[in-house]
Amino acid sequence: MVDRVIKKTELADFVDRLMEKHRVYAPVRQQDMTDFQEISTADQVDLSFANTTLSPKSIILPQSEVMFEFNLDRTSEQAGILHEIETDHFPRIIFGIRPCDAKAFHLLDLNFNTPSQRDPWWVRRRQITTLVGLGCNTPCPTCFCTSVGSGPFATEGLDLLLIDGDDELVIQVITEKGQGLLNDLGVEAEASGAKKEVVSALQESSLQSIKSVVPTEGLKQHEANALFNADFWEEVQFPCINCGVCTFVCPTCWCFDIQDEVLKGNGLRLRNWDSCMFTLFTLHGSGHNPRSQKLQRVRQRFMHKLKYFPDKYHKGVACVGCGRCVQQCPVNIDIRQVFLLMNDFKV
Amino acid sequence: MESLKEKMMHTTLLLLTERKVDVVLGFQRGTVPLMSQPILIRHPEGTDQLHWDSFCSTNLANFLPQRKERIAIFAKGCDSRNIVLQILENQIKREQLYIIGVPCQGMLDRRKVQAELNGRQLLGVRETSGHLHLVGEGFMDSLERSSYMQENCAICTHRNAVIYDELLAEPVSEQEGVDRYEDVKAIEAMTAKERWSYFEKLLAPCIRCYACRNSCPMCYCPVCFVDESMPQWLGKSIDPNDTKTFHFLRAYHLAGRCTDCGNCEQACPMSIKVRQLTKKLEKDIIELYDYEAGLSLDQRPPLDTYRPDDPQEFIG
Repeated sequence: MVDRVIKKTELADFVDRLMEKHRVYAPVRQQDMTDFQEISTADQVDLSFANTTLSPKSIILPQSEVMFEFNLDRTSEQAGILHEIETDHFPRIIFGIRPCDAKAFHLLDLNFNTPSQRDPWWVRRRQITTLVGLGCNTPCPTCFCTSVGSGPFATEGLDLLLIDGDDELVIQVITEKGQGLLNDLGVEAEASGAKKEVVSALQESSLQSIKSVVPTEGLKQHEANALFNADFWEEVQFPCINCGVCTFVCPTCWCFDIQDEVLKGNGLRLRNWDSCMFTLFTLHGSGHNPRSQKLQRVRQRFMHKLKYFPDKYHKGVACVGCGRCVQQCPVNIDIRQVFLLMNDFKV
Repeated sequence: MESLKEKMMHTTLLLLTERKVDVVLGFQRGTVPLMSQPILIRHPEGTDQLHWDSFCSTNLANFLPQRKERIAIFAKGCDSRNIVLQILENQIKREQLYIIGVPCQGMLDRRKVQAELNGRQLLGVRETSGHLHLVGEGFMDSLERSSYMQENCAICTHRNAVIYDELLAEPVSEQEGVDRYEDVKAIEAMTAKERWSYFEKLLAPCIRCYACRNSCPMCYCPVCFVDESMPQWLGKSIDPNDTKTFHFLRAYHLAGRCTDCGNCEQACPMSIKVRQLTKKLEKDIIELYDYEAGLSLDQRPPLDTYRPDDPQEFIG
């Protein structure tokens, strides 16, 4: 599929036309933070960000979502029957998503969309959503995407990839879905050879600028039980305050909790993000909690992402190197240090 | 700052070598600029890891409740007041602690510094008295320290430890003529409708990560009210009313106990100014009970004790 191009001056118009037939979620800056929001005008879009505070995962997996309603009125024949709440399936575009976050959706698919179990809410939203990515010309100091199977211009999970080439945006077409979108918008101008060279140079310089590298080869080799019983967890877990920041900003964390909220016989069944960092996460109905201690919970998070997940799916670690947890952890627990400890572990 | 760090190392080495304590609670250098990581040192060899700068604002008292060892802890003014309260509330015993008072002239707010960067990448910082020197990818900058202080530090009136076994350095002078409640009074002046709107806007970005709660040294309940289920106190979704309930109720649980250490605002990933709630209650407690949290082991927090002359106008 041929690379297209639009002039920077045409970007606002491009976004306007995207909005004609889609809900467009784009990076919007509010004071000192940029996050994905549904936009109504093109001028809301701010592409001068490094990456958003929260990942765009809430667009496909909302933090809180009402799934069903029900009534407990025993006199009614509808009593106790769950009625699915209609969800909005108007086509969506996530505009300006970084390659790391796009790859994260692929990793989440491994959980939500498998031959044996499919989450219909997840699957429907994925189907109606087109991912229009933005390549990273200047990765952050905390980005380590290249160590974990992604990169500043990686295309996995994207439908289109925009690359900022100064006065023009080169649009790499990755999927049929992306091509279809461009066709709809009538974007036909092809990127010139010269422009493609500019892009190549950008990719090269961007890759060179990634200083943060983590080792991953050892993770596959070490035995899971040996890693589980390692001494280093004591030191890793000490500063952790068991809040949910890392899990909530992470694009690959997927855990959720289903809760019923009932008032005077009328009930809603909702799904909320949950966090393995919370004490309640593994609390059994019996009152027993297999991970009642902080060390157990901290260990679990890293073992899941860096060991159990790659062992199970053979698709690499459940981390895309976006660096958000490194930037946002209130006590500076650094997953890159844990990569090192786990990778270099000797029994 | 360098000399404070060296003193910390010296004291730690002594305490651990002479086995005066089992562990020392301090900080190590962060893996990213503008951050530091709390550390527990058990052996004299670990002393080298210690660090101290203007980004060591995490309240180490948060790590004390229910610990059983003999612990040395570096405590700024606010931290030491939380230690007083934790002792009064039976979360830690005075005999277990060797408190090393660290005089503090205010910690710096990493987000205020980051806002200055405007997309430029920071490689490291250096501090000299009064200035913060930024070294970055292709740039160097010098900032005047006083403009980048954490909000709570800017109005701090207890910079020196109120309880200690050893002082790391000479006490610093306390700030005078500080109006701690300028922002609170502005909200008090609003109509009920304006206030509701103000709080709605304030708490709208909340993602219920509970970083504020978990970073707070006074939030140590084995089961937080948010996590109660029989009965359930409030919903766990990001419903705005449940979110407001969480924040308002947590603030009330801190009335007479919050020392305004600012950890909550520093921990919040959404930069929510949650101290707007706790400061109002701090003001109320001073006005009603003439009490400032954690200044002395001889004073119990007013809401956990009864005096016949307690003010009662707010009781129906």
